[in-house]
Amino acid sequence: MDLSVQIGKLRLKNPVMTASGTFGYGEEYADFIDLNRLGGIVVKGTTLLPRQGNPYPRMAETPSGMINAVGLQNKGVEHFVNEIYPRLRNLDTAVVVNVSGSTVEDYVGVCERLAGLKVDAVEINISCPNVKQGGMSFGTNCASAESVVRAVRQVWPGTMIVKLTPNVTNVAEIALAVEAAGADAVSLTNTFLAMAIDVERRRPVLSSVTGGLSGPCIRPIAVRMVWQVACAVSIPIIGIGGIMNGRDVVEFMLAGATAVQIGTANFIDPQATVKAIDFLDDYLTRHKFANARALIGAMELE
Amino acid sequence: MIVHRLVTFFFSKAVNVLDLVVKENVRHGDEYALLRLSPVKGRMPEVLPGQFVMVDVPGCRETFLRRPISINYADQRELWLLIRRAGVGTNTLCDLPQGAVISVVMPLGRGFSLDVSGNVLLVGGGVGVAPLLMLGKRFVARGVDVRFLLGARTSTEVLQLDLFRQTGETHVATDDGSLGHHGLVSTHPLLEQGAIDHIACCGPMPMMQAVAHIARQRGINCEVSLENHMACGLGACLCCVEDTVDQGNVCVCKDGPVFNINRLRWT
Repeated sequence: MDLSVQIGKLRLKNPVMTASGTFGYGEEYADFIDLNRLGGIVVKGTTLLPRQGNPYPRMAETPSGMINAVGLQNKGVEHFVNEIYPRLRNLDTAVVVNVSGSTVEDYVGVCERLAGLKVDAVEINISCPNVKQGGMSFGTNCASAESVVRAVRQVWPGTMIVKLTPNVTNVAEIALAVEAAGADAVSLTNTFLAMAIDVERRRPVLSSVTGGLSGPCIRPIAVRMVWQVACAVSIPIIGIGGIMNGRDVVEFMLAGATAVQIGTANFIDPQATVKAIDFLDDYLTRHKFANARALIGAMELE
Repeated sequence: MIVHRLVTFFFSKAVNVLDLVVKENVRHGDEYALLRLSPVKGRMPEVLPGQFVMVDVPGCRETFLRRPISINYADQRELWLLIRRAGVGTNTLCDLPQGAVISVVMPLGRGFSLDVSGNVLLVGGGVGVAPLLMLGKRFVARGVDVRFLLGARTSTEVLQLDLFRQTGETHVATDDGSLGHHGLVSTHPLLEQGAIDHIACCGPMPMMQAVAHIARQRGINCEVSLENHMACGLGACLCCVEDTVDQGNVCVCKDGPVFNINRLRWT
């Protein structure tokens, strides 16, 4: 079965990627799966300078999900270029770098540093709910989202994916704005702004009070948003949100996603990605699809 | 090299997702259970004392993530998990019947240092005694002089006392004085005056802080095992971080759970 799909200039061998911040740099999962089977690896959020992230505690378990408040802990783009990239470049899978920043100049700076490498794509993260400056605030209105995308477009000739936040009134509007500004694809959704309270101690569970909700509890909302965006834009969509298995991959693709990212599921089943790829292959055969591309937006409405 | 080859011959590959079957569930009072597990197929992977596993809680609607549980004992055929009822997840695990099958990711993390010499004291509190049994056995096998100091609220909660006594000289402290020293382990005369070169400690945070404080004052090398909340156990989610002197935030699941107290800011 031909599982390949196209995201901008990037050809993925199959639609299943890993979501940023849930898969480290891939190596963390090398004991469990053959990384070369993946459609792509989106490495964790990378910023211009190193970040320590938020203080502990950073996580709250919720019904069918979890809230995190990691706050983009990473060692900065220079560390990625010198220490991580040389190990990743030999993998036979697409490597996408998730790029975050507090200012437009931060995003530009990271992408400039990456431009000389054989990185397959950047995913511009204008949707992190766990940082004080920048992050999600860029993704919550059309003008600021456009400003980041336009600036990055000047320095990044390769495939640019823009990761959208669901914490907006109309996600399709933002998607249209970044499409017009030059994005090659959008990925959605990032986490939903959420919080949890320890009622015995009468204190927030997370050090940052609020965090980002992920897991299957958000999936139906994310599927709806992917469908709404698919109705509005013509660039490819990467569906994200609580995908636990191959059935969920198919659901996002039927809603209009060209590819997907599996995130939180990796924490529970480190082999979730490859199992989902196997399911997709089998599903396409059972339902007599010619290839994976034929599944994109194939939901039937009467 | 020969030892390494033997080890890889007798045990299955490094870190894995295994299905384990409950051979026996031994209740320890109302609050604790010992699960004796064995692989549905194949052999157990090699395990080091102080490492932990991530257990999927079967059939529980209220849990989502796996539960990190420290390894009490392991060999080629069996894994023992000593579990305290701390919430719905561990409650479900403590009630698992014989024959139940659970999915376990293991072995995870960095365990206790084994290359130590002199007088070694293993200090445990409550369910924190769990990893010290395997550690003590390993030390004894290496010819290291090991003593245990076990703390609990009351005599019936001193877990696996017989097994510890079989392994080495064992001292007890109970909050109510029903067994051994009356008071916290950190006020036990052995800890305050005994000849000690190295301490390995696992238990509630206040206990570990008190033990670390004494170790620091007396210039004793000391390791503690942390249990920060985590989602993955693999170093990917970055939720379980501990702030270290040398490297800032590091993952307890990957860099730990065992840390030398000199690396920690809270000691």
